Amino acid sequence: MQRFSALSLLGRALTGHRSWAPQWRRASPQPAYDALIIGGGGHGLGAAFYLASEHRLSRVAVLEKGWIGGGNTGRNTTIIRSNYLFDESAALYDHALKLWEHLSQVLNYNVMLSQRGVMMLAHNLHDVQVIKRHVHANRANGVDNEWLSAEQAQQFCPPLNIADIRYPVLGAALQRRGGTARHDAVAWGYARAADALGVDIIENCEVTGIRRDAHGAVEAVETTRGVIRTPKIGVAAAGHTSVVMKMAGVRLPLESYPLQALVSEPVKPVFPCVVMSNTMHAYISQSDKGELVIGAGTDAYTSYTQRGGLHISAHALEAVCELFPIFRRLRMLRNWGGIVDLTPDRSPIIARTPVPGLYVNCGWGTGGFKATPGSAHVFAWTIARDEPHPINAPFTIERFRDGYLIDEAAAAAVAH
Amino acid sequence: MLLITCPYCGTRPELEFAYGGQAHVARPQDPAAVGAQDWADFLYMRDNTRGVHAERWRHTHGCGRFFNALRDTRSDQFLGIYRVGESAPALPPDAPKEVP
Repeated sequence: MQRFSALSLLGRALTGHRSWAPQWRRASPQPAYDALIIGGGGHGLGAAFYLASEHRLSRVAVLEKGWIGGGNTGRNTTIIRSNYLFDESAALYDHALKLWEHLSQVLNYNVMLSQRGVMMLAHNLHDVQVIKRHVHANRANGVDNEWLSAEQAQQFCPPLNIADIRYPVLGAALQRRGGTARHDAVAWGYARAADALGVDIIENCEVTGIRRDAHGAVEAVETTRGVIRTPKIGVAAAGHTSVVMKMAGVRLPLESYPLQALVSEPVKPVFPCVVMSNTMHAYISQSDKGELVIGAGTDAYTSYTQRGGLHISAHALEAVCELFPIFRRLRMLRNWGGIVDLTPDRSPIIARTPVPGLYVNCGWGTGGFKATPGSAHVFAWTIARDEPHPINAPFTIERFRDGYLIDEAAAAAVAH
Repeated sequence: MLLITCPYCGTRPELEFAYGGQAHVARPQDPAAVGAQDWADFLYMRDNTRGVHAERWRHTHGCGRFFNALRDTRSDQFLGIYRVGESAPALPPDAPKEVP
């Protein structure tokens, strides 16, 4: 791996940047691996990286049916926060946030983490009570979060309209450690670092079947590029998890929905933080390129189309224009959809499955990007040791049978 | 926005309807006699089909009635509409092929 540094940049600048090597090899599938990851998004690539770096598995491959980071990793709105209500969630998402804070150094790849603060608005009495409860629960769990008055919220985010509005802003919760990161860089950084440790990253390789031996354990996957033997498979296929798991005969409590996002034309820096409003159903931040990045909701019906209804985007834009009147004349540049897999309690599943050797990391719903490093880290642990890390131990499939739901529907009321 | 054909009122925009999830998920006759796994299957487990999906819709802002539909979740194309209590109609001959 060619390490990035100021010196290496300078040196190559002098020679016209012609001596950079590709950031990862174009690997072809080998006949067998110690572990396979299905899904080359952030969660899967990260899991492969931690399998190689922390658990010393030497033969690991990531199978991606399209290209690296071309799914939800490249389609989200890049928001990072850990202000979840329940102890289990706070532990998981804050584990991720702590890994985010050193990720650029660990990967030697600038993921452009910007801890600019995530502000969640309260518009009515119920919001105020729920959000204050979140603030207190977070602080009891060691997760930073603070309550701001409406005036303080406007001071923190000057474009915010707090009064001349159908649902006036009554206050806000602010997590200062929250913010954004460059989503593509997360996928590329993990891919490059994993590749340097010998992980094969195999693009354009779609899994079409999972073979099991006489005892029911996994023994191989069938792909569009041949059969690959392996004793361990980790599935991190986001919206298509149900499709992949069906190949092994496993049903999951998942439903896949299209979730949309859109960006405006680029403008000068005007927006200093991330703002979310569950009640008005919008969230917004500004990218380093200057585009406003706006998240819309999911469609009402399950779908795999990677697009969504225009009325869903329009609804989000109406809310943004009311909250931030200065954006009313901005034009939207692009919009797109991704397929997100929702669990009934809006918390993920990172667990072993009833099939020996098959592990699943799914159910991130509308907010998986923020958890990428933490999710990948505990998923690698689960695959390598065949037992969950203490942090992901509550996030089983069996919790739906046993009634131990981790009901974060409030945290995920608006897609994020 | 989808155009959805209510079997009672005709074709209307999606905004008039509420989605009711996977069709033909039967509530156990005697819930007290059902084990935890079967109850979880009924409450939470869904096929999440990529392909032709039988699902419920309700014409909330119209007649208010539930009905069933077959929709291809890869294209959102409706392939059939049928009333509650009826069995699913045959797919039209030009319907896209089922995926594994």
